[in-house]
Amino acid sequence: MASYTLNVNGKTETVDVDPKMPLLWVLRDKLDLKGTKFGCGVAACGACTVHLDGKVARACVTEIQSVGAQRITTIEAIGKTKVGQAVQKAWLDVDVVQCGYCQAGQVMAATALIASNAHPTDKDIDVAMQGNACRCGTYVRIREAIKTAAGVDTKDTREV
Amino acid sequence: MADGNNTLNTSRRFFLLASAAGGGLLLSGCMTPADTTDGAPTLAAAPAKPAAPVVDVNSFIAISPDGTIRIMAKNPEIGQGIKTMLPMLIAEELDADWSRVVIEQGDADQARYGMQIAGGSFATPMHWDNHRQTGAAARAMLLLAAATRLNVSVDELSTQPSMVVHTATGKKIAYGDLVADAAKLPAPDLKTVKLKDAKDYRIIGKPMRNWDSPRIVRGEPIFGIDVKVAGMKYAYFEKAAVFGAKVVSANTDEIKALPGIVDCFVVKAGPANTTKMGLSEGVAVVAEDWWTAKEAATKKLKVQWDEGDTSGQASAKFDAKAVELAKGAPLANLSKSGDATAALKAAAKVVEASYVYPFLVHAPLEPMNTTAHVKADGTVEVWSPTQRPSGGIDLIAAALGIDKAKITLHMTRCGGGFGRRLDSDFVVEAAAISKQAGVPVKLLWTREQDMAHDPYRPGGYHNFKAALDKDGKMTALANHFVTFGRPNSGGALTPLSNATMAANEFPAGYIPNHSFDQSLMLGEMPTGPLRAPVSNAVCFAHQSFLDEVALAAGKDPIDFRLELLAAAPTAAASAGGRPGMVASRMIDVLKAVRERSGWDNRKSLPKGTGLGVAFYFSHSGYFAEVAKVKVEPNGAWRVLKVWCVGDIGSQIINPINAQNQAQGAIVDGISEMHQKITFDKGRTTQSNFYDMPLLRIDYAPQIDVHFHITNNPPTGLGEPALPPVLPAVANAIYAATGKRIRSLPVAQKDVSWT
Repeated sequence: MASYTLNVNGKTETVDVDPKMPLLWVLRDKLDLKGTKFGCGVAACGACTVHLDGKVARACVTEIQSVGAQRITTIEAIGKTKVGQAVQKAWLDVDVVQCGYCQAGQVMAATALIASNAHPTDKDIDVAMQGNACRCGTYVRIREAIKTAAGVDTKDTREV
Repeated sequence: MADGNNTLNTSRRFFLLASAAGGGLLLSGCMTPADTTDGAPTLAAAPAKPAAPVVDVNSFIAISPDGTIRIMAKNPEIGQGIKTMLPMLIAEELDADWSRVVIEQGDADQARYGMQIAGGSFATPMHWDNHRQTGAAARAMLLLAAATRLNVSVDELSTQPSMVVHTATGKKIAYGDLVADAAKLPAPDLKTVKLKDAKDYRIIGKPMRNWDSPRIVRGEPIFGIDVKVAGMKYAYFEKAAVFGAKVVSANTDEIKALPGIVDCFVVKAGPANTTKMGLSEGVAVVAEDWWTAKEAATKKLKVQWDEGDTSGQASAKFDAKAVELAKGAPLANLSKSGDATAALKAAAKVVEASYVYPFLVHAPLEPMNTTAHVKADGTVEVWSPTQRPSGGIDLIAAALGIDKAKITLHMTRCGGGFGRRLDSDFVVEAAAISKQAGVPVKLLWTREQDMAHDPYRPGGYHNFKAALDKDGKMTALANHFVTFGRPNSGGALTPLSNATMAANEFPAGYIPNHSFDQSLMLGEMPTGPLRAPVSNAVCFAHQSFLDEVALAAGKDPIDFRLELLAAAPTAAASAGGRPGMVASRMIDVLKAVRERSGWDNRKSLPKGTGLGVAFYFSHSGYFAEVAKVKVEPNGAWRVLKVWCVGDIGSQIINPINAQNQAQGAIVDGISEMHQKITFDKGRTTQSNFYDMPLLRIDYAPQIDVHFHITNNPPTGLGEPALPPVLPAVANAIYAATGKRIRSLPVAQKDVSWT
């Protein structure tokens, strides 16, 4: 066990946990932030996507000892950013959700994409989002919602 | 089907409800505002709870004096959108102002709500009349209360959203002002209430967005895995990799001594159950947080298992046995018409092929979990993401010897279902662990456990022979279906759950001769329904083989299917347990998809790109789909686009969700073409999403969904769009490459071309 001081959603939190405990379980079971989801435990589905210093990270394989002073942003606080709020709104307008379990991770990945690339193309979306699985298959709408949030033409430009 | 909803439950009509149900559940209060009349929820914070007092008008509707209308959603929500859709039916006939509706998830309570299940695409046909009648009955009570107050005849009154209106004077009374009086009136017989004309609908047929979405995109805790109750500990349950193994010994004392561990003990198997989806034997590790329990169990726990006699199970052996069985005489005939053997002998051409599909796992994205509290007073409280709450209650009652009446089960939102959560193994495990630990526990499985302990979609083998006459007309189909079974009490092999095919599988009854025969081999793995069960497998085999027969006959695959469908069906088309289809409805969707997909222009496509077609009738829905596939010379393949035309009756109740469901079913079906579950040494080989892949956004096609509206009662949509996409894609791969897909998953090396 060791003590870690974390910057979570702009707040300072201190936890006393095993250094190898993944950030996911610190968030969920120690800090009661349950929006970040467990899907696979091996960074193969993207349900646990958070931001570390604004960049996408899979919380299920991020040992707490590796986090340091990086700013941790979770789905609970993503609406505080302009891009995050636009993504959330687009998710509602396009009615992306089926079961919704992957969608926190999708929103986090989509927000990171648009924050770094204001006008994503279909290819950009494919690259940025292919690590986030949706078992319900809402990909048509995820693509549309990302473009809606970014304010670009929503037409699917891929080869048909 | 028994449905307790046909009478209003008057015993609850006068209850004043203080707040949302779910005592002790920290995530209670399932309300989210729908702030605009087009059903678009906003990100505005949800009200904590409706203003009290709230008057129950009936079992499903409670109205507050401030005009808030609370509607109970009775069925489990697994992503099919039922929590939004069923209340729409009630709200429509209540003539509710949708912006004042709050939807609340009902607990498991079949006495109050009737059957509660997410399965079979049943919810629409089961509730279409009943829920509209329930809303209309409450509206009738509000009208009568207004008539009494205004001292006029009910005939002089009408309603606008959430208001009774006196037509002559224009005087309006809000529902909130009438509810106290209305709730004292006798409830009308549901069968006698007058329903709206469809042209007057204000809610049905309008795009009402997913009720829970605002909470989901804010990351609020609404799934089973998010449940937290006072004093709760976290549990991991170690089961053997071999199905049904028993614990010989385990180092439980060593585990108990580890930091953060609360308890560790062996859980004995529950009463025997033939599906192998009850309480299995294993070792529970209970800790202060789940990761600590999981780490101890996966790294330090040592269990000696008695693996029993199923540790020799292997897919390679099954495949070899299936070939051997296919060569021999079938074990049983499932259905026949005419004389297929004679027709095959007399045929101008015989087409013969064998089709194979693998076992599949459900893998909903939220891993199996349940929170349970077996209390000192002998009652049990359970919070579970389940598709069939009664199954969990039954298993807990049987395994723990507890009266069902003492078990309360709260249904949480489910992170996907696909049929997995119709079984309740994870529910009874949580209760058994709570009982032994003496504390409330949240049991959570790993993904690896989910892959290893699933009620798998059974694999199967179809050995076809078709007869064509000199005009290219199909005169016979023989299918020797090899599948899996276990001995019944009399020792005879009987098919495993969902290891079956319908007696009237198309084209039985549409051709003069058919024979469907079955052979079984022993399979000691759990099996169960996967989204569009049986259909998701059999459709691939039948609609792919029909494509082969069409091409052998020298016919366009759509023309060939239309010719088959044009025949007057014999009794064989409706024999067996599954209802027969109305061929004209299928003809119409097939013609429509031909048009929308540009099927007749497909000859201009370059080599490596092709269109394929398939249709299927399941869950009362008629679906025809065309897939466009591109295959690179090295065999890398992707679906570029799918056109889907479906007939599910007269109303698309919530069109924005209907589109989503059909799109999702198509992605799901394509995903299945990449997947398999195999067994070796009695164990499941695959373990996580790196060897059991889910389709990703870069491989998801463009999708065109069209609903063909017909004058038939509305039916369900969770499942029937799925089955045809697999053979449509397989047939498109053939069109693109000349490589026939007779085995799933599709391997890149099998579809390369030069």
